[in-house]
Amino acid sequence: MNCDVCQENHATVYLTQIVKGEMQKVNLCEDCAKEKGVTDPTGFALADALLGMDSDQKSSEAVDLMTCQACGFSHAEFKKSGRFGCSECYSVFQGGLESLVKAMHKGTRHLGKIPSRYRVVKKYNDQITELKDRLMNAINEENFEEAAKLRDEIKLADADFNASNEGAIEN
Amino acid sequence: MMQFNTILKNPAEWMMSSGPNGEIVISSRVRLARNLKKISFPGWAIEEDRSLVLNQVKPVIESLTEMRGAFSSELTELTAVKKQVLVERHLISREQAAKAVGSAAVMNRKQTLCVMVNEEDHLRMQSIKAGLSLSAAYKMIDKIDTKIEEDIDYAFDNKYGYLTACPTNLGTGMRASAMLHLPGLVLSDQVNKVIQAVNKIGLAVRGLYGEGTEALGNLFQVSNQHTLGEPENEIIVRLEKVIKQIIEHEENAREKLYDENRTTLDDKIGRSYAILLYGHIISTKEALDLLSMLRLGVDLGYFSDDLRSLIDVLFMEIQPAHLQVYANRKLNAEERDCLRAEIMRDRLKNLPEPSKFYKNSPNEPPLEED
Repeated sequence: MNCDVCQENHATVYLTQIVKGEMQKVNLCEDCAKEKGVTDPTGFALADALLGMDSDQKSSEAVDLMTCQACGFSHAEFKKSGRFGCSECYSVFQGGLESLVKAMHKGTRHLGKIPSRYRVVKKYNDQITELKDRLMNAINEENFEEAAKLRDEIKLADADFNASNEGAIEN
Repeated sequence: MMQFNTILKNPAEWMMSSGPNGEIVISSRVRLARNLKKISFPGWAIEEDRSLVLNQVKPVIESLTEMRGAFSSELTELTAVKKQVLVERHLISREQAAKAVGSAAVMNRKQTLCVMVNEEDHLRMQSIKAGLSLSAAYKMIDKIDTKIEEDIDYAFDNKYGYLTACPTNLGTGMRASAMLHLPGLVLSDQVNKVIQAVNKIGLAVRGLYGEGTEALGNLFQVSNQHTLGEPENEIIVRLEKVIKQIIEHEENAREKLYDENRTTLDDKIGRSYAILLYGHIISTKEALDLLSMLRLGVDLGYFSDDLRSLIDVLFMEIQPAHLQVYANRKLNAEERDCLRAEIMRDRLKNLPEPSKFYKNSPNEPPLEED
């Protein structure tokens, strides 16, 4: 069996991974495995290795056959049209997306407007992260008075968020 | 609801008024792409899904106070010519004109705001203002977006921002662009150099009708290429900065032409004037080039300033679909060329011949007596 990446050398590294309920198999030769950084198979996204390739290289059928359960769009179709089927496709086909997006844009993280529904969540996350950091510091410094105060603040923020969130979901 | 014919009778507000840097920047436009969660994007959706999106979204748009008395239509209700008129007015894109079931456009009376449903994305909303007013155009469309967002649950991701059918629009989903009139750079053969420089810093330069279109009438659209990794206001500030530099280059090129090649300039403007006033068969391309020279003439003081908005209106009205709606029948190419010449002769018949004394011009080039 030949290597899926270079299509030349004999494959000696066999990987199987289950991503979002889809089984993917990749066979690599030793050189390509090294080049793609497959030293720790658990931290290695198959699709990343394959989708990160130049478009003129053949990618494996496994990736092409991946489909979005929400809308039935397949990766092969994405390669053809350059467009996705629905918003869920972004998480289904996330492997390899990062490098694609990086080539298209100035950065890979959104820094602009956030819809208010999401803003509440983000604000809460930022607030909780900050409070928890301060709590850890207080505990490390054995400043228990401060720690107790921070613990109450976290509780309050949680309660606030849950209250406002119920409203948001109802809407 | 406004009738389609009302749209045609009234030129858009941005054509009639002059904005900042109005000599060189004709209009500024900001477009946002938004989608609904989990429903297939229009290009992949089945008809039922497209209708579902339309039924959910259209009432929300129509109820906006900004859209009071708006023109609203499903594209299936419009003839091919009427759709083409909307394309020529930059109100819908060519792509949407080809779409059918579930596609709709809603636009306000002044034609400064337009929301398209089921184009490439579920929602594409844009604002147009005269001159270089990208920030103002963004503010206007941002307000609409914020209102729509109260009722519609947008597809949004914390990392990638607003999710769009094409990953090139990801993040802000924002395309900001300005329409520039650059005859000076074209005549002095510098425009390609400028385009290349602009491309290098991640901005796009295109012709009159967007992607892949030729630069007719010395009109160029400059827009941001990247939509992710930068907040909206930074994209706009950067774009405005670059546009101001292009304006400076254009002004220098005009000044140089005026100082060093005045006879050429006199000749080009004079010939354009003559053909527009006495020609009987004029193609779209020729008309745009002639009008471009006339507009340059206004900027340099050959004609009075109030001619500028008439020229901007003519830029629209002489285009193929506009002519056919004006004539109220289908016209072949030869008939269009004749009607086009007729309309321009009529609209410009009282235009005094180009003055050689360049008076009453706000941006009067330095007068060198010789």
